[in-house]
Amino acid sequence: MNAAVSALRSQFPLLAAAPGLHYLDSAATAQIHGAALDAVIRHETTCRANVMRGTYALAEAADRAFDAARHSVARFLNAGSAEEIVFTAGATAALNLVAQAFGNTLKAGDRVLISVAEHHSNFVPWQMLRERTGIELALIPVGADGVLDLGRLPELMGSRCRLVAVTQCSNVTGAWSDVAAIVAAARQAGARVLLDGAQAVQHGPQDVRALGVDFYAFSGHKCFGPGGVGVLWGRAQVLAALPPFLGGGGMIGEVTFDNTTWAAPPQRFEAGTPPIAQAIGLAAALDWMMTLDWPQIHAREQRLGELLIEGLQRIPQLRLLGPATADSRAPIVSFDIEGLHPHDICQVLDGRNLALRGGHHCAQPLLAALGVEACTRASIALYNDETDIQALLDGLVEVQRTLT
Amino acid sequence: MNDANALYQDAIKQMAQAAHGHGQLESAHGEARLDNPLCGDRVRMQVALDSGRISAVAHQTKGCLLCRAAASLLGARAVGQDAAAIEAVADELDAMLKGAAPGPAAWPELAMFVPARAYASRHRCVLLPFRALQAALGKVAAGATANVTENHGETKGAL
Repeated sequence: MNAAVSALRSQFPLLAAAPGLHYLDSAATAQIHGAALDAVIRHETTCRANVMRGTYALAEAADRAFDAARHSVARFLNAGSAEEIVFTAGATAALNLVAQAFGNTLKAGDRVLISVAEHHSNFVPWQMLRERTGIELALIPVGADGVLDLGRLPELMGSRCRLVAVTQCSNVTGAWSDVAAIVAAARQAGARVLLDGAQAVQHGPQDVRALGVDFYAFSGHKCFGPGGVGVLWGRAQVLAALPPFLGGGGMIGEVTFDNTTWAAPPQRFEAGTPPIAQAIGLAAALDWMMTLDWPQIHAREQRLGELLIEGLQRIPQLRLLGPATADSRAPIVSFDIEGLHPHDICQVLDGRNLALRGGHHCAQPLLAALGVEACTRASIALYNDETDIQALLDGLVEVQRTLT
Repeated sequence: MNDANALYQDAIKQMAQAAHGHGQLESAHGEARLDNPLCGDRVRMQVALDSGRISAVAHQTKGCLLCRAAASLLGARAVGQDAAAIEAVADELDAMLKGAAPGPAAWPELAMFVPARAYASRHRCVLLPFRALQAALGKVAAGATANVTENHGETKGAL
């Protein structure tokens, strides 16, 4: 095994305990880093108390740890301030938060533009909003390679586009979206931009200010942190103009029988007790990520993607989905083998200790556009190396032998 | 880890390959379509009855080997059965997959699915054609007109 990868793998408790595991499903859930796990345990065993409520020493310590977590996330995203960071239950909750809070500012006939390549979590909430308020929903199409086709963007936005909500990177094809072009067109139309960063964050720190978007959503479990926590970043003035989504404790200014006022962001959007330990674990994962040599990791991930694509292209009856080359995609590679079902493929691969995902990947509109109902996906993260790729290619030989 | 060779034994592959009952009925008394939202598998089952017993069955199945084998087995065995018998077999198959029962004595071929016991995520693949046939029979019992299609998509946690 590659020495650099071996050193990385040793920091992941599950991978350290399972040296023979070829984990190629990080696009679904990345493994948790030891620092994140330690931070959760340390918090729960030394600082566990509710936040923004107590005045005793333990509660103060919990407040400090939670605030520090918010600052870590802000650094990871290069946010303008920690007040722009809203902790949620995950990326889905963050996207739904925008669909509800921002959605409540829209009127019938206003338009939201999404894309065919969206995960259902950035698709269904907008359909629900359409049902509720009568907004128009329009779709950016994809080309045969799954890349967003931005050729008709101004036309698709029309005159009443209020929001463009798109993925930064497809969870099926790995194709990166041309965020700069989308932001430029949205600005021209006076629309806000929401970027679903769920698949991007495990490939390095992000810069929301350079991206130029207004909202950014991601999940902790996809960037080596715990489950049950996610983040919505919103530009300060945009968040300040939004009504709350959930009502409850922690999100109010004052409550009387006749009237209730809202707290300022981010608390306005964090009703109830937030996922405190999870946020602290997430921050530990992000702090660790910020110490890494990302150009080196990107180069390795891309090389592995190339190796995989080259190997897959030699398999008869195999159709690669997404961009043909590894340099225009995240290291997510989905494929379809004629006559073989992804569930069966993944089952056989599991017998060789390979963890891959088969199915529609919560992206049925995209799969329909690509002409498949289900596919098999290998997703590569920083703890994978050449042995994982070779194991997969060898495993696919057995797949053919076993299933046909 | 699993034993893929045990799961994908020849009996299952041959049954799937045979695709007994694949196709459409010209005149069906009941029809139902069930989806597995986890993977997009889909079974459309049509049934015709004569004096309460299945006189013809046809299915269009898009799915994995397990799902196709189960649909094919129904295509081969369902004719002559009534709704109660199909329900009993389906429930016994469900119990067999959950590891609590030996399997339907009247349908010994279903033993080919015993290796799937260890993989709960695959139980639905085996059961989907049975549940589709039950739904189609339910349409007849409810007096629904023929060729009514409905999506009975079930849900399963995180996708």
